[in-house]
Amino acid sequence: MTKLLRSHAPWMALALVGALALGVLATARGEHVNALWVVAAALSVHLVAYRYYSRYIASSVMRLEAGRATPAVRRNDGLDFVPTDRRVLFGHHFAAIAGAGPLVGPVLAAQMGYLPGVLWILAGVVLAGAVQDFMILFISMRRDGRSLGELIRAEMGIIPGMVALLGAFMIMIIILAVLSLIVVKALVASPWGAFTVGVTIPIALFMGIYTRFLRPARIGEVSLIGFVLLMAAIVFGQSVAHSPLLAPLFTLTATQLCFVLIGYGAVASVLPVWLLLAPRDYLSTFLKIGAIGALAIGIVVMGPDLRMPALTRFIDGSGPVWSGPLFPFLFITIACGAVSGFHALIASGTTPKLIAKETDAPLIGYGAMLVESFVAIMALVSASIIDPGVYFTMNSPPAVVGTTAQSASSAVGGMGFPIAAATISQTAQDVGETTIISRAGGAPTLAVGMAQIFSHVVGGKAMMAFWYHFAILFEALFILTAVDAGTRAGRFMLQDLLGTFIPRFRDTSALGPSLIASGLCVAAWGYFLYQGVTDPLGGINTLWPLFGISNQMLAAVALILGTVVIFKMKRQRHAWVTIAPAAWLIACTLTAGAMKLFSPLPTVGFLAHARVYSAAIAEAKVLAPAKSMANMRQIVLNDRINAVLCSIFILVVACILLYGVRACLAALRRPDWTAQETPDPLAAAE
Amino acid sequence: MAAVWKERLMSAGRCLCDSARLMVGVPNYDVYVAHVAMTHPGQAPMSYEAFFRDRQQARYGGGGKGGFRCC
Repeated sequence: MTKLLRSHAPWMALALVGALALGVLATARGEHVNALWVVAAALSVHLVAYRYYSRYIASSVMRLEAGRATPAVRRNDGLDFVPTDRRVLFGHHFAAIAGAGPLVGPVLAAQMGYLPGVLWILAGVVLAGAVQDFMILFISMRRDGRSLGELIRAEMGIIPGMVALLGAFMIMIIILAVLSLIVVKALVASPWGAFTVGVTIPIALFMGIYTRFLRPARIGEVSLIGFVLLMAAIVFGQSVAHSPLLAPLFTLTATQLCFVLIGYGAVASVLPVWLLLAPRDYLSTFLKIGAIGALAIGIVVMGPDLRMPALTRFIDGSGPVWSGPLFPFLFITIACGAVSGFHALIASGTTPKLIAKETDAPLIGYGAMLVESFVAIMALVSASIIDPGVYFTMNSPPAVVGTTAQSASSAVGGMGFPIAAATISQTAQDVGETTIISRAGGAPTLAVGMAQIFSHVVGGKAMMAFWYHFAILFEALFILTAVDAGTRAGRFMLQDLLGTFIPRFRDTSALGPSLIASGLCVAAWGYFLYQGVTDPLGGINTLWPLFGISNQMLAAVALILGTVVIFKMKRQRHAWVTIAPAAWLIACTLTAGAMKLFSPLPTVGFLAHARVYSAAIAEAKVLAPAKSMANMRQIVLNDRINAVLCSIFILVVACILLYGVRACLAALRRPDWTAQETPDPLAAAE
Repeated sequence: MAAVWKERLMSAGRCLCDSARLMVGVPNYDVYVAHVAMTHPGQAPMSYEAFFRDRQQARYGGGGKGGFRCC
């Protein structure tokens, strides 16, 4: 009894701390709450969940065996399959799953106040996100590290396997578009930002040549040189912004940036990997890990107050950043950080081939996702410590707040967040920008928050503009890496797909097919990017929900696969572990999808929006913000394409759900184990 | 006592370096060399440069499977 008490007492204490912190957050009204309460709540929830829930899943659902040979042990080749120290592998896996998603979603969700976001991030990660990552890692680890598509095909059938792959391809297109849109929003009319981000290309090219020919394979050395050059680029960027000669060269409109990015994606995806992609990946990976660590330290040192209210009136769905009520749209808006389907592709990628012992899996699969969730919490904190007036000025579309400090001041004041026009201009000046109005997309808002935190710790107000552009650079850098790597991955996927019909396309080294496939891939995400850039409501409004729906849809697919495997292992008694989050995600994606399609409100429903514009076209009227009849027809077409995409996502979920239920029922009827694991050589020898 | 701490610090340092390299797709070279020596005696392992190029190609170039970053 005393032993039991001794081992659980510290955890009980931690749970009490978490409960207290959540209590403070939930009951505080009217006064500002310190952000450290959010941090305390998150840390205790994460640790307690890791100690108890991940262990429960490991022992009851998976029954991990420390002595069972993992793929890394069985197929050790020193290259792809290597038994790796779990701390080393943790870093690798975390770096692979953490991207822009957990930084952007929570910032956008802050329009409803910080409380809904905090609660969903914590509940979502513990019960859904980390479970999904852990489960897929386990399934892949027991099957030679095979990929998600192969796993679904093997356990559920050929058709659901293909449907899932098609879904994954479409998600990638949407992700690439929405990520590029974030970069566009951050760099519009910002010569300082555009210069620093642009100059990363020659820096990366130099690093590529350096690691190939000058000092081959010296990653640490070249990354350090690259980092110094980056910092120099940020400093010099200020002079560029002030130079009457250079500033106009780097002052770009959204449409110009859009085409620059599309051109960049097309060229970068066919260049040799050592020249541009690999060296920029070093920079973006290390900068990302460093900036996340620095942000954590900064928040703890500064201990800022949350100035955003716990709840705003926009929980009713009338918010300017994105439209739609709390359920289901909050759970769509915060995808990564709470639950991200994309991780299923990573957890069935390189990580399962590197695990040394089965019992390392909880730390890697469950633990790394908890850290990503903490990153999401920090992003939410960064967005909530800035003046809510500034937040809504930055994140509302121009159709709502106009383009001048005066119009923004009165529009945001009308929302109930008074802010003086002078404050808006002053904030822009502080961060070294010409304007901060309508910079939706998360990155600039996060950068303002991070600049406040960093400049509080290092450099004071004088350094604020530097830190702002540092934050923009850090986000743009790894978004560009994702665009490049994603276009490349999409190109291979497409070549594989087209190869089924035209075998010549399979040859990934042939110039013709690779150019065509790259072109098609870039054209696909480029279309959505252009649509977002020219969208008068800011684009994020339309594209982010589509991204969220597709990402949560993939998570539901992964959890359904997990459920099927649990049933096939005859452990259905514990299947609620994956059934509950899968059911929640299916409810969210289907409701959000249906609302996006059929809601009579033109701000929410694609078809309702198309109807409003079609009716106006029939009367030969041009509705603001469209400027011409061609504009009007473009808007209607965009709406219809988005509606088609949305219905495809719904069909994918419905199809996988159907096959999943069928596979579970079939497994129930069978008396024996039917999951298709790679047999354990030791057990077979006995 | 100091020796123990020094050893611990060095092990943590190695761990960090290994992790940083693996983050960009390059596993531990010494482990690879030891593996080749053990399983294919007589066969010369790749040089570090060749090993690095091989891993780089595998991460970013190989069939679109490697190096894909998350959202």
